Amino acid sequence: MRFRTTSVFTRTVLAVALCCAGTVFASEKDEGIIVYNAQHETLTKAWVEGFTRETGIKVTLRNGDDSELGNQILQEGAASPADVFLTENSPSMVLVDNAGLFAPVAPATLSQVDPAYRPSHGKWVGIAARSTVFVYNPSKLVNTGLPKSLMDLANPEWKGRWAVSPAGADFQAIVSAILELKGEAATLEWLKAMKANATIYRGNSAVLKAVNAGQIESGVIYHYYSFGDQARTGENSRNTSLLYFRHKDPGAFVSLSGGGVLASSKHAVQAQAFLKWITSKPGQEVLRTGNSFEYAVGEGAASNPKLVPLKDLDAPAVDPSMLDSKRTVELMTQAGLL
Amino acid sequence: MDRERTGIESGLHQSTKRISTPARSHIHPRRRRAANGRAPVWISTASIIISALALLPLAFVIFISFTTGWATIVQLVFRSRVLELLLNTVTLILITLPLCVLLGVALAWLTERTNLPGRRGWSLLATAPIAVPAFVHSYGWISLIPSLHGLPAAVLVSVLAYFPFIYLPVAAAFRRLDPAIEDVAQSLGLSPGAAFFRVVVPQLRLAMGGGALLVGIHLLAEYGLFAMIRFDTFTTAIFDQFQSSFSGPAANMLAGVLALCCLALLSAEVATRGTARYARVGSGSARTPPLRRLKGAWLAVALVLPALISALALGVPVFILCKWLVAGGADVWRAADLLPALEQTLLLCAVGALITTCAAMPIAWLSIRAPGPMIRIMEGCNYISSALPGIVVALALVTITIRYAQPIYQTVVTVLLAYLLMFLPRALVSLRTGIAQAPVELEDVARSLGRSPGQALRATTFRLAAPGAAAGAAMTFIAISSELTATLLLSPNGTRTLATSFWAMSSEIDYAAAAPYALIMILLSLPLTWLLYSQSKRVAGR
Repeated sequence: MRFRTTSVFTRTVLAVALCCAGTVFASEKDEGIIVYNAQHETLTKAWVEGFTRETGIKVTLRNGDDSELGNQILQEGAASPADVFLTENSPSMVLVDNAGLFAPVAPATLSQVDPAYRPSHGKWVGIAARSTVFVYNPSKLVNTGLPKSLMDLANPEWKGRWAVSPAGADFQAIVSAILELKGEAATLEWLKAMKANATIYRGNSAVLKAVNAGQIESGVIYHYYSFGDQARTGENSRNTSLLYFRHKDPGAFVSLSGGGVLASSKHAVQAQAFLKWITSKPGQEVLRTGNSFEYAVGEGAASNPKLVPLKDLDAPAVDPSMLDSKRTVELMTQAGLL
Repeated sequence: MDRERTGIESGLHQSTKRISTPARSHIHPRRRRAANGRAPVWISTASIIISALALLPLAFVIFISFTTGWATIVQLVFRSRVLELLLNTVTLILITLPLCVLLGVALAWLTERTNLPGRRGWSLLATAPIAVPAFVHSYGWISLIPSLHGLPAAVLVSVLAYFPFIYLPVAAAFRRLDPAIEDVAQSLGLSPGAAFFRVVVPQLRLAMGGGALLVGIHLLAEYGLFAMIRFDTFTTAIFDQFQSSFSGPAANMLAGVLALCCLALLSAEVATRGTARYARVGSGSARTPPLRRLKGAWLAVALVLPALISALALGVPVFILCKWLVAGGADVWRAADLLPALEQTLLLCAVGALITTCAAMPIAWLSIRAPGPMIRIMEGCNYISSALPGIVVALALVTITIRYAQPIYQTVVTVLLAYLLMFLPRALVSLRTGIAQAPVELEDVARSLGRSPGQALRATTFRLAAPGAAAGAAMTFIAISSELTATLLLSPNGTRTLATSFWAMSSEIDYAAAAPYALIMILLSLPLTWLLYSQSKRVAGR
């Protein structure tokens, strides 16, 4: 009797498992286009929803970090399964572009984007933008006042007083801007001082939360974390204020999120259509109305009215196609931050 | 969180193996070999292939070190950051392990050798923290005390998450002790306290060593727990490098150092095993050891310890989880992701457990029916690969598949291969016990009735070993359900599991949205916890 129940059990398990295996393998077919997505998942999902509703083209996301996915595409080379690459920042777009793996963006897409927010060679386009901010807790900040420049945070009086998330692509983009503006020696020196001065967190949300809770006085993040939290419950940002450095300071750096179509894409038409939709009026409208609070970069597209207008930020002139992610990571590794 | 519960199995296994020995030993070794003839070729071939696969990650680490070149190695390995990580990791292990051992032994003594009221309940409560994935422990503590970070936090959370790995085997060992040895020690003039340290503690050494090894491997491999409380270990640093440069040389070199740490831990455990032998000879069976009677203040102290530990290790995560679930309300259950994540997790678990158990069968059969030096080497290979952290295995497989095996790159095949390498020993342990309990004579009879070796195996031993196989599959199933690092790195495009969804939500500090995923993971693990608990009771014959 025992024998029979066991074997019936075993057979059932086998049958179920085989069905499962079947569906697992079957599900790999028919996935429409594959997007390597380093943008915030909720934002990209909103784009995908709109795009799929309008065109019926299915989109599968692989989520990761800018440089993780950028380097992954590099290693995959021509065999990459990715059709589209979306980032939060420019350096990884530059990385993939320098390897010659992007196809030119369709002219109709390019013409939709403000020329200030796309590289002139047209291999990729800006899809959104974000600004560096200094977030601080006014009740905790010691009375030495606010820093004038991002570079000031390397000074000894800032030791143990600011937080940062160096493993993320966001901060690495800021470093790549410093590298572009100040050169290698100054950047490395600043990074080494930062290793001594800054408290390391994992993720910009964690930095914001710590500043809000008064665990640390201040931090360097992007603007939209604070606005996004305010729009929800405000529980992680209600005790914080934002400082925009302006005056073309490296700390006023505006980072461009990029999108590009891979030259190896087997669904180039659909992939171009997706990029076109993101940069179109309805695509950019998602940035104005949604909870992402990133800046819109489409020609004539408005950003969320709660934000400080992009033109007022007095950002430094940095050519996004010059940002060097590889050298940035090397320098940060050298400074012991990674 | 990978390698959650790498198995008290190994601790339990030591006990089951010893128990099954007498049952086997009545067959004369020479006769046994004669009866079996040679092992079927397909079994040997399959075992060799699987063991060779198990060496893949280690071979990759060695290969990449050679191809990277000495200059780059020096630049990437001999730097202050690596020293910092090494120091962090070593201090963590040196502080956490003794605390875990102390706590595990104290609780085991209280629940097994004293008249503590509600011993059975406390014993279950001391096992239960295993059902909570390590990163959920961390999530609970970070929600309770947001400023918690660094070494003290890392020690606190890891002790609470991992002490059951020591409690379980030590409690099982306590139950097996022959009180006669203690009697002899006391009759020779030792006080009860002295006899405990002189006679009892050495007998617990195997269980303590095995459990400590398990905890050590978890400490080296864990990512989520430490990432959440901002404590950097090799695993978190490898992950950072991976995020910054995919599988670049810096990540691979750190993985190499981490692999060395694991091997060092393995050999340290072997070195502390010792050769002392404590066995009962002569007829009859050991009597049940007398329970120590605790009275008055001692009893109060004895009750406070398990109560406090249960409150910290179980109360905190469960309370916080409930708090977030209430705060999130019905909305968090409507997440579009929840059902697909559950489906995909169950699929991966089911297929992974099945494949791993099947792959363990040939080696398990050989190790029981045709033991020899070759099979011992094969078992060693699997043991080593299972000691390597998920991040090392995953990093190796990413690079290997992307360069040399494009067709299986980013497919479910690679993920399943990683699970196979990481969790095979769990299935192996249970299967071996199952096969050992199936009399070889049945196979012989089936052969004599005209069945081929393969048919004979299927008709007899494999059927009898089915419960063992089911237990092994269950262990693997649960291990996969909360695996994070390898799944993050290797999963096919669009795959979301409970663990990766939980991680995505909690990285965005959306703790309420993460709660349902944590709850489901805990519910999935409860049956295993019960299995481990009841198995350790059964082993003791009580």
